[in-house]
Amino acid sequence: MHVPLEWLKDYVNIGITTHQLSELLIMSGSKVEAIHKLNSASGEEEVIEFEVTANRPDCLSILGIAREVAATLGTDLSLPVIPHLTNNDDINNLVRITVMDSELCPRYCARVIADINIRPSPEWMQKRLTLAGIRPINNIVDITNYVMLEMGQPMHAFDLDKISGKAVVVRKAYENESIETLDGKIRALSTDMLVIADIDKAIGIAGVMGGADSEITDATKRILLESAKFNQTNIRLTSKALGLRSDASTRFEKGIDVELAKKAIERAACLMQELNAGTVVGGLIDECSEEFKERVVRVDCSKINSLLGLSLSPDHIVEILRLPGIKIKMGDGFIDAVIPSFRADIEGNADLAEEVARIYGYDKIPLTIMGTSSVRGSKTRRQKLIDLIKDIFVGAHFYETVTYSFASPKVYASIGFDNPEKYPLSIAILNPLGEDQSILRTTLIPNMLEVLSRNYSRGQQNVRIFEIAKAFLPQSLPLKELPVEKALVSLAAYGDKTDFFAFKSIIELLMQKLGISHHVSYAPFIHPSFHPGRTAIIKYCGQTLGIFGEIHPIVASNYEMNGLRIMMAELDLDAILNEAQLQRKYVALPKYPAVKRDIAITVDKKLSAESILKLIREQAGDLLSEIELFDVYEGAQIPEGYRSLAYSLSYRAFDRTLRDDEVNKIHLKVTEGLEKMPGVKLRQ
Amino acid sequence: MKERLDEILNEALDSLDKLDEIDAIEACRVRFLGRKGELTQILKSMGTIDPKERPIVGELANRIRNDIENKIKERTSFAVRRILVKQLSEETIDVTLPGKYFGRGGLHPISIVLDEIKEIFMSMGFSIAEGPEVELDYYNFEALNIPKNHPARDSQDTFYITENILLRTHTSPMQVRVMENQKPPIRIIVPGRVYRSDAVDATHSPIFHQVEGLLIDKNVSMGDLKAVLDTFAKELFGHSTRTKFRPHHFQFTEPSAEMDASCTTCGGNGCRICSYTGWIEILGAGMVHPKVLRGCGIDPDEYSGFAFGMGVDRITNLKYGIDDIRLLFENDIRFLQQF
Repeated sequence: MHVPLEWLKDYVNIGITTHQLSELLIMSGSKVEAIHKLNSASGEEEVIEFEVTANRPDCLSILGIAREVAATLGTDLSLPVIPHLTNNDDINNLVRITVMDSELCPRYCARVIADINIRPSPEWMQKRLTLAGIRPINNIVDITNYVMLEMGQPMHAFDLDKISGKAVVVRKAYENESIETLDGKIRALSTDMLVIADIDKAIGIAGVMGGADSEITDATKRILLESAKFNQTNIRLTSKALGLRSDASTRFEKGIDVELAKKAIERAACLMQELNAGTVVGGLIDECSEEFKERVVRVDCSKINSLLGLSLSPDHIVEILRLPGIKIKMGDGFIDAVIPSFRADIEGNADLAEEVARIYGYDKIPLTIMGTSSVRGSKTRRQKLIDLIKDIFVGAHFYETVTYSFASPKVYASIGFDNPEKYPLSIAILNPLGEDQSILRTTLIPNMLEVLSRNYSRGQQNVRIFEIAKAFLPQSLPLKELPVEKALVSLAAYGDKTDFFAFKSIIELLMQKLGISHHVSYAPFIHPSFHPGRTAIIKYCGQTLGIFGEIHPIVASNYEMNGLRIMMAELDLDAILNEAQLQRKYVALPKYPAVKRDIAITVDKKLSAESILKLIREQAGDLLSEIELFDVYEGAQIPEGYRSLAYSLSYRAFDRTLRDDEVNKIHLKVTEGLEKMPGVKLRQ
Repeated sequence: MKERLDEILNEALDSLDKLDEIDAIEACRVRFLGRKGELTQILKSMGTIDPKERPIVGELANRIRNDIENKIKERTSFAVRRILVKQLSEETIDVTLPGKYFGRGGLHPISIVLDEIKEIFMSMGFSIAEGPEVELDYYNFEALNIPKNHPARDSQDTFYITENILLRTHTSPMQVRVMENQKPPIRIIVPGRVYRSDAVDATHSPIFHQVEGLLIDKNVSMGDLKAVLDTFAKELFGHSTRTKFRPHHFQFTEPSAEMDASCTTCGGNGCRICSYTGWIEILGAGMVHPKVLRGCGIDPDEYSGFAFGMGVDRITNLKYGIDDIRLLFENDIRFLQQF
């Protein structure tokens, strides 16, 4: 809302600089966005630009702002001049108004101005309109805009002689009805929309824009002035549906004071006369179904004080409340606030408290330390574990990323899903910013690939990143209930410092730190985004914790990282946290020495290292304290399809030194067990 | 015999004093004290000495042997030390060469700032609650006194999934959920990701992060709100930070306010960062609207409370002097490694 100072001063005395005024207004609740200094014929003019909040539609007018200035400065408000003369005609002879839908149009006031004299409006009015951001057109249109800005009541002027049948109907649009609006566009209307119509057709979209047919032209001889209240929700929906906003619709959407319709039309008539724009025809049509009922709110002074942390006397509170125009009725032991028609936002005591606080001064409210518990807030187990996991990754030299939750529906093809039928079920956004941000992600794989790709294109040779964030999994589509928001732990890396097993060691580190390394197993896994031979699924006692491996070369290529070996992991955070065990129990250091034995075997490559390890452990039993695979060898001396594995076993008892014969017995069991296993042969 | 022994001693000591190589010292030792050494020979010929003289000569000979051995020890340790000093000198390196790059990791700046904010409020007794990002219209708007088709919805352009399911535009819906499930006193902060349909530019992102807070108890006043938030600002930005509360409007609080903090860049004198006002808008706050309390089953006559909310990405940018919000989501390593 742009308010020229010179105009504002018609209604209130200021007496301080504009800068000082704006400081005070900000502190009393009218947010000054900027003070504009503009050059006009009469010299430099100042215009204050306000940000008006949705609860104060009354401030979308110069008078509304003036009222706030008066309340802030504690001065008086001068209201504009209204009286005017009328001629001897009767409007009822010239036009009949019928309001078909009084819910959507609670009040419709009309006057006729005859003997129209179209010309430019006077300099002072043009200047004020221009400074306030509205282009002057001619005296008639300018007066309607002037009154809208001055009082906050949008008005419209129709060329009376272009209205068929001397009748105006306020009704909902018909099926397939359309209208050419003032801006020259033809708009299709829906039956929810309210129109102003004559007996033939719609001549205006109520509260939004007038029709081109009845537009004021140089030839106009008589006008019909409209000043009405329309249902705010209906105007808002109509405006949205048509994609059409106007100064009028913005005001109607926020709610208009029903008392304004009549006051504004009389003001407009007064100006018509003052500017010699025409003769005011006698008679005012006022179709009103909403009587303004005075609203009363009981003032609870002690509640106001306790809410604000003040101790103002009731007299003081009353004095403050009067300033913005609230009337007070005092009775035997009670105080009532009579809420004016232009303050629909004041409904209860809390709203009165806000009036008191803002006018008294927010800065005058003392800071108080609450007398409540001094217990420190704490994190949940889950929150603490997430912090721990992040620390582990940072310690392993990974950088945390923050990526968007959106994805493109085409992303699945990029990450290797060939068959659209197999695409994971994804939630679509009805009004996305663009197609490539139109679904909610079900995996973080594309996000990680995008970040890697970006860094790769910027010349980074080694990148290690992680993110703990949500993926969105709908139970079914279309969505009937809130989806599952699955927390995923995502890791990704490329560069000479990483390969599959270096990456695996990070996973192992995580498992170890969370106390779950003992029952974790890894098995080969097939996933469309990953290399079929270099991917593992991580399980804990049968429960899947996640997958990791090398990204499929085609996927890497899709992300402009042709030939790069990319490691990635995606883990289920809550599956991991459910099993995590932070409790540690100290195990005594060994007192007795270990006895070492080595084993070398030739193994069919199809056998997993894990299966060999499992067998050795089973055969050796508890006295096997450590086992290390120290060599994996393929090549000369080893037959095709086989590899050599060499283990170093440490046998140790916690309560005695093992004798050689004891160790030999166990070790024999191990070697025999291995020999018996198909595909395994002992080496010398 | 005695003269011969003295002679040997002097010769040995003289020779050893001239030697500083381990091999040479060893050769000297062998010459005098070895199996065929000169002293050894003398001791072997003790049988030719008068028995009365033997103890005296024997004692002298042992003394001389000790003296020679001590001198050998002394010269040996001197030689060893010399070798060590030479070695140490040869091992000298240029310490000004760069260290071997081992790789680094780090938390994202948004996480760092979030952690700081969480710490400050936890030390004031707040716990941390987190809620769903995909929410019901009811919790995101209606329960917060923003009915359907209310113009207040315009300031938060919303992403919709269905008519009643949307991407939350603030973390306030979780506060409602907590109020429905927990009896006062309530002291929580709700950090999280929020979504608004804003086109991306240097200061706007459709996805960003907020921390909101809620405190409900008996006799909570606006003075308490000011104190908690003023303390927060001082903890986050420094103890010389001043705060200013201005009236504002939110549908779910009444009275409502916005809090500014004195600009950390210029200390309040005015600079480009604060548009020369000396103040930066940090958060919105207010006393929880009685309608909202009632809707959650909390009696506004018995309890009152305040709520506040701030944009974490914005605060992160302010704290670190980051001039483009998009950098936070591009995750360029050269950016991430600066924090």
